[in-house]
Amino acid sequence: MRIELSVNGVKHALDIEERTTLLDALRDHFALKGAHAGCEHGVCGACTVLVDGMAVRSCLMFAPQAEGSTITTIEGVTPGPGELSPIQDAFCETHGMQCGYCTPAMVLTAHALLAGNPAPTREQIVEAISGNICRCTGYAQIVEAIALAAERMRGANAPVEPRR
Amino acid sequence: MSEHQFRFVASDRRVREDRRFVAGKGNFVADVDLPGALHVALVTCPHAAARITSIDKRAALKIPGVHYVLDGAELAAGTDVLIAGLDTPNVPRRPLAFEVARYSGEWVVAVVAETRAQAEDAAEAIEIDYEPLPFVLDAEKAMEKGSPLVHEAHGSNVLLDKTFVWGEVEKDFAASPRKLALRVKWGRSSTVPIETFGVVARWDSWRDILDVWASIQMPRYAEQIAAALKIPATSVRVHYDVDVGGSYGVKRGIKHSVLVGYLARRLGAPVRLIEDRLENMRGGDAHGPERLFDVEVAFDNDGIVRSMKLRALENLGAYAGRSPFQLGKPIGAIVGPYKIKSVEYRALAVVTNKTTQDAVRGFGQGPTNLALERAMDEIANKLKLDRLEVRRRNLIHRDEFPYLIPSGTTYDSGDYETVIAKVLADTNYDELIKERDRLRTDGKLAGIGIAACLEPSGGNATFEALLNPKITTSTFMDSCRLNVDGNGTITATMHTTSSGQGHETLVGTVIGEVLQVDPDVVRVTRPDSLNSLPSGTPVGSRMAIMLGGAAFHAAQKLKAKLTAIAAHDLGIPLERAVYEQGNVYDRDKPANRRTWAELVGIAYRNMHRMPAGMEPGLAFSHIYPVPTGGTLPTADGRVQMYPCFSFEFHLVLLSIDPDLGTPEILRYRVGHDCGTQINPKIVRGMTMGGIAHGIGAALYEEFAYNDEGQLIAQSFMDYLLPSSHEVPAVKIIDHETPSPLTVLGQKGSGESGYLGAPAAIANAVNDALKPLGITINTLPLKVSKLGDLIAEARGK
Amino acid sequence: MKAAPFAYSRPADIDEACALLAADDGARVIAGGQTLVPMMAMRLARPTRLVDIARIASLSYVREDKGGIAIGACTRQCVIERDALVAKRLPLLARAIPFIGHAATRARGTIGGSLAHADPAAELPLIAVTLDATLSYRAGGKTGDIAARDFFTGLMITALPAGACLTGVRFPVWHGEKVGVGFHEVNARRSDFAFVAAAAQVDLDAGGKCRRIAIGIGAATDVPIRLESAERQLTGGALDEKTVSEAVRTALADIEPLDDLHASAAYRRRAAATLAARAIADAKADAHAH
Repeated sequence: MRIELSVNGVKHALDIEERTTLLDALRDHFALKGAHAGCEHGVCGACTVLVDGMAVRSCLMFAPQAEGSTITTIEGVTPGPGELSPIQDAFCETHGMQCGYCTPAMVLTAHALLAGNPAPTREQIVEAISGNICRCTGYAQIVEAIALAAERMRGANAPVEPRR
Repeated sequence: MSEHQFRFVASDRRVREDRRFVAGKGNFVADVDLPGALHVALVTCPHAAARITSIDKRAALKIPGVHYVLDGAELAAGTDVLIAGLDTPNVPRRPLAFEVARYSGEWVVAVVAETRAQAEDAAEAIEIDYEPLPFVLDAEKAMEKGSPLVHEAHGSNVLLDKTFVWGEVEKDFAASPRKLALRVKWGRSSTVPIETFGVVARWDSWRDILDVWASIQMPRYAEQIAAALKIPATSVRVHYDVDVGGSYGVKRGIKHSVLVGYLARRLGAPVRLIEDRLENMRGGDAHGPERLFDVEVAFDNDGIVRSMKLRALENLGAYAGRSPFQLGKPIGAIVGPYKIKSVEYRALAVVTNKTTQDAVRGFGQGPTNLALERAMDEIANKLKLDRLEVRRRNLIHRDEFPYLIPSGTTYDSGDYETVIAKVLADTNYDELIKERDRLRTDGKLAGIGIAACLEPSGGNATFEALLNPKITTSTFMDSCRLNVDGNGTITATMHTTSSGQGHETLVGTVIGEVLQVDPDVVRVTRPDSLNSLPSGTPVGSRMAIMLGGAAFHAAQKLKAKLTAIAAHDLGIPLERAVYEQGNVYDRDKPANRRTWAELVGIAYRNMHRMPAGMEPGLAFSHIYPVPTGGTLPTADGRVQMYPCFSFEFHLVLLSIDPDLGTPEILRYRVGHDCGTQINPKIVRGMTMGGIAHGIGAALYEEFAYNDEGQLIAQSFMDYLLPSSHEVPAVKIIDHETPSPLTVLGQKGSGESGYLGAPAAIANAVNDALKPLGITINTLPLKVSKLGDLIAEARGK
Repeated sequence: MKAAPFAYSRPADIDEACALLAADDGARVIAGGQTLVPMMAMRLARPTRLVDIARIASLSYVREDKGGIAIGACTRQCVIERDALVAKRLPLLARAIPFIGHAATRARGTIGGSLAHADPAAELPLIAVTLDATLSYRAGGKTGDIAARDFFTGLMITALPAGACLTGVRFPVWHGEKVGVGFHEVNARRSDFAFVAAAAQVDLDAGGKCRRIAIGIGAATDVPIRLESAERQLTGGALDEKTVSEAVRTALADIEPLDDLHASAAYRRRAAATLAARAIADAKADAHAH
């Protein structure tokens, strides 16, 4: 089946089997490897991407369902080669990761949270990332990263939306 | 900030690996795209035990995109059995079941197709006839006469039954006024990384090289692949620059790798197996310990423990690689942080028709610490003494180190009382008790849990020789190569994969510290296995000690050579030459100096200015043997095991809803001492993550089986991983008692938190349920179980 | 875990959707996909065709309807979560929605999808039964309504006719002065499927006596149930703790709770009583606050 997907601001046509998930389409057809498969049944959240600005599980969408939506991946919120967004930089500052596997999902979830709530409480941050499982960090440094990012962005008047 | 003599070590530096991860630019195995790669999907056995009577591949082979269907018979004919740890030749292990399948989920047939989806379509079309066989799931039943045998040829289900007696156990028991016995069960769980195991292999028949990319954490990986495939080890090239998405011990995928290696050679195309979650949970062979402890302690009326008898019975699952050694490693800290003078330890491991285990974080120490700490609490309860006080009376004191324990290991250093005091200064223990009592008055069940546990670190794996006398390995090492090029830039190499521990940052920091240069200028690379020096890989909480040690010494060699070149060129005796931040000057006349650039220039381009006989260039390597290594067990089973001992003290306040049985952790404090912390951000992350793992093992996670031998917790819907809601805010209170044995005083911290959290939580739950007369010694402590016990006790 | 192959259609309207469903009895509706896609990934569900109705505009709405509130089947849970009309008129629904899955699943999941799937532990079926909602469907050219209490007939089985597509659900609104709600769940982890859930809505008269009460229990049995005997017993009373506890316990005495890996039948029965009592207490306090 031929479909058209809008990923990180660019429209692409692709020929895929209907059963290809959005996750697999991004990884295999767009070579966007930042979204990761952790369970393929919608529990771990490692596959998180933004669809129309909302964090969703890309393993729970078939690619044809994503036609007509705006899809943003971790590659789409990275400002440029070697450059980090304020959220990404905050994650590096607090060491809000270890193996890095759940990290793009966490960063995108943070993006979605802060876009709607620039001053989240600790509880709100915990709730926002509760659908993303991390096995490495025990979450503390991730929560701190998001709080730090929020604080810095409030101070800097920085936009949260992805550049592209 | 720390007040250290260090410049870079122990300071709050960013972890350099983080940059690529936040951008989604890690190099995970599933990201490795080789043109023309074929995909594997597995057909698994639905029965707990069955003879495989026929396999019909015809329908599968007709499916478009399918290239090959491999069965166990062909694979067995073309490969050697996988290497086991124990001497058990009649318990062979192969990637695909051969003639008999021994657990539900065991891999029976591998289908290879152009896409993973096609491979799964074809896997469904394979028709296999099975003749179900009797099976056994329970470890105690597996030991009984008449039990079904998992491996007929072995004659029994017991793979290991070894008893050690260290000290005068019977005498000490007879002389003790008090004894108590308890049974503690560590339920089957594992560390379950979010990334499953994956391996990609490609055979180059012109160079006779099998290239392997894998999400691997395993010593002697390349060797084992080569041995099974019956090719020289120099024909296997493992790429260590794959980022591993979490492992915590379990990513040993040797059966996956042999399978894929075989197929890559057979088919002449790259082959890729990325486990899906169902393959991983049921048949990935990454389950963790399922251990039953029978503990007997002999003590006096003041709570001083004189002696201990411990029987540890492990339910291995259907096969065994290194997993039985998880009964041996705890021997190196068998008395925990306590001065128990004699110990009898019986290590029993049996096979059953469950999924095979592999190494899990702590390698058996977590379950053992649970047994020890439950015993300490029960001693206190029996004597009606405070549980913290009983521990204090038994702890090894700071001035008693190095401390030799009955099983032959010497603990390097420690200051347990100070760590505990620091935690109690932060959280007043008496106030905590009052808070608990207030909760009880409000109608909640509330309890305080304590655990004082050791984290052995360094990976001197002499438990191998202890449990398998045929093994005489006493060398455990790691390595680092350092090269300064003709422009003066520094590159260091490390020779293994990492799964989030920040090893590149570790190496850069240590080298920067020795050379007194910014760690960020040190490039750290990971050559492949053919270009590597020996590495024991990240196991046994060893890398800070071992890789840190190797990097340290390599850098010292560089520093020494630069100093020697400078002294010679300055025309001064060596003793007068002082190295400082890459430059060398004359102590007596500091204006006489050679800069880093000048020294590099001499080494590379001015042979005429070099000391006679000195090699040009600035290349060094160091292979660092484990401190206290080099000995084998005595005849009575005593041996030095790991060199360094970190300490953790957990203090938990927990409440349980009496009507629902739901536990809630209200306060969590942990005192942590791992000596010098090379990178505090990394150490903190390890401890927090370990506590999260421990919370999972204590309260949520279980590979549960039904009576038919089916794994009923086979997806994340039923195997429950702690989310951010389940991990409370934890305050870590640090202390540093350096190790006298390591280059910077560092001890390991890769297993911290996990080794003590389950014990602390179990103790808190028991304290909460004590007013109802309930004792519960089985993990996980699930909501429904707690609810039912409480209801029963209340007579409802 | 790749799904078995299927064809995909995105009909422009409900008529086209129904025609596709009628033409192939292996065809299934997909809206949010949050429950269907995992089942397909595990090959437990193998539709021959997916009929994607998510973007049929006429199926996504929240509006007043004959004194009640009607919600289109394809209305996303996150939209309902933020809707002002729902917050005002259907407080019990508003209270329960945050318990559904995670924000990421509510971003895609629809109310119709959850109702049609009928997982015993799902919150929306419980709310529908507790509030006596009416579910509407289209099958071929015909439309029909099914009362919520008749809709859920077994474990993940509904009374939807073959080839039918849910189009919407209508919730009656309680118009009293003092209407209050309560909702409680127990699970292993905060966002898991519940072991047991309890929903309660009360309408108190000026003197604080219970004029009307609805009590629903979910996840304890294979379909959500109402505790009708308790409702009758508690109507007209003060909803004091002792009477509530007794009434609820009696009503639960004869249920056949589910027994599985996560919770025993005995646990579910006891927890249902505890949660029902708590939900009623919360509803009473909530009503008094108005």
